[in-house]
Amino acid sequence: MTKKYQSITNKMYPAAFILLLLLAWSLVCVSKIVPPYLLPSPYAVIEALAGDFPLLAAHAGTTLTEALFGLFLSVVFGVLTACVMDRFEPLYLAVYPVLVLTQTIPAIAIAPLLVLWMGFGMAPKVLLIFITCFFPIAVSTLSGLRSVDQDVVDLFRSMGASPLQILARVKLKASLDSFFAGLKLAAAYSIIGAVISEWLGGAGGLGVYMTRVRKAYAFDKMFAAIILISLVSLLLMKFIEIIHKKSMPWR
Amino acid sequence: MLKAEHVTKYYQNSKVIEDVSVEVKSGELVCLLGASGIGKTTLFQILSGLVRPDEGAVYLAGEDITGQPGKMSYMQQKDLLLPFETVINNVSIPLVLAGTPKKEAHAKAFSYFSEFRLEGCERKYPHQLSGGMRQRAALLRAYLFSGELMLLDEPFSALDVMTKAAMQKWFVKIFSTHRSTALFITHDVDEAILLSDRIYIMAGVPGKICHEIKLDSENRSDPDFLVSQRFLECKRLVLGLHLNG
Repeated sequence: MTKKYQSITNKMYPAAFILLLLLAWSLVCVSKIVPPYLLPSPYAVIEALAGDFPLLAAHAGTTLTEALFGLFLSVVFGVLTACVMDRFEPLYLAVYPVLVLTQTIPAIAIAPLLVLWMGFGMAPKVLLIFITCFFPIAVSTLSGLRSVDQDVVDLFRSMGASPLQILARVKLKASLDSFFAGLKLAAAYSIIGAVISEWLGGAGGLGVYMTRVRKAYAFDKMFAAIILISLVSLLLMKFIEIIHKKSMPWR
Repeated sequence: MLKAEHVTKYYQNSKVIEDVSVEVKSGELVCLLGASGIGKTTLFQILSGLVRPDEGAVYLAGEDITGQPGKMSYMQQKDLLLPFETVINNVSIPLVLAGTPKKEAHAKAFSYFSEFRLEGCERKYPHQLSGGMRQRAALLRAYLFSGELMLLDEPFSALDVMTKAAMQKWFVKIFSTHRSTALFITHDVDEAILLSDRIYIMAGVPGKICHEIKLDSENRSDPDFLVSQRFLECKRLVLGLHLNG
């Protein structure tokens, strides 16, 4: 009972803070410190969100499709890479530093290149998302695989288990927590990656919508798109959290 | 049945165990007694084939099995039950690894549940069990892999005194009904005298076998053995040998 009460009050703190921020924002708009065409009021943003909702939803659908597609590819190849690197130590030693090195390349810098190479279709977008999401998934899964108790591995070896059996029966399940930590991070990256790649051109998506309304100086719609982007990210992360819990019934 | 001859092992240039030879005959319960850090676990890793000795060899029924794991059960100090599998899944692991269909493996494992006092725990997860139950589950897993020959590394050391006494009594019963063979590690002199047919005393740096004591197995059936004169004599002998190297 008290625990439940505690969790409710704990949620009230951030809610109160957000309300406070919204209030401050409204005050700035009402007092006209900043002209309304530069900073729309929260109310105007909500109006824009509601008014353009069917269009926004369609664009959000495109963005989400790209993100999920890229995320799916990163999960498949990230986990596969982690498994292979865990199994073969020389490969781990050779590839790991290179993996870290690739993280110093900003996604926004290679996005135009991908567009030049692959056009304005879905392919460069999915590839950019794949590039940004692959790393957190591969690295977190790898650290999960490598942190499995050596005594458990020895126990399985003493029962005649092959490396593949040890991977399937012990390591993968023991790495679920790390894998999901990486996946959650990757989910946030995937939406950001999708929007960035859409800025550079394409037929649909929230990034495309943003560039269009920006050219029309419709700042309220700009804000509406931003809010929708973080909403989609939050929902995707929540969804992953639910799968995480469902996949570990022993907790 | 199991024999190690002149086994020596180095770790990072320092000798951990030197010229160790032990033998366990079929049906025997043999104990390896020694202080912590003396190399008992290293010897077990070598016997089980997980680690290769630098010198010497291990034989099972006359066949050289040095460095080949998968020939006998090896139960380590920790229960090492997988936290994400139910108890029945955990104890069935050796059967499933060997290719037995899951259903069959569960049925076979389940037939031992009452004897190992695990009834009603099939669908529970390890963290829901008491220390004694977890240890019995780990023991059942070891038994299902290879009931004929088991290496047990301090199987009862993590338990409180009362649970330990109950477990030892239960273990002796199980062991004699199934006519199993086991080599077990302990640093508890009482436990060694209570359970074993023979005791190897290991001491020194690097660890060596310095004495071998034969006990009569009649001991175990006597409920008052632990407080008898005979027990105290054994204990004096073991402690004396142990302390004087």
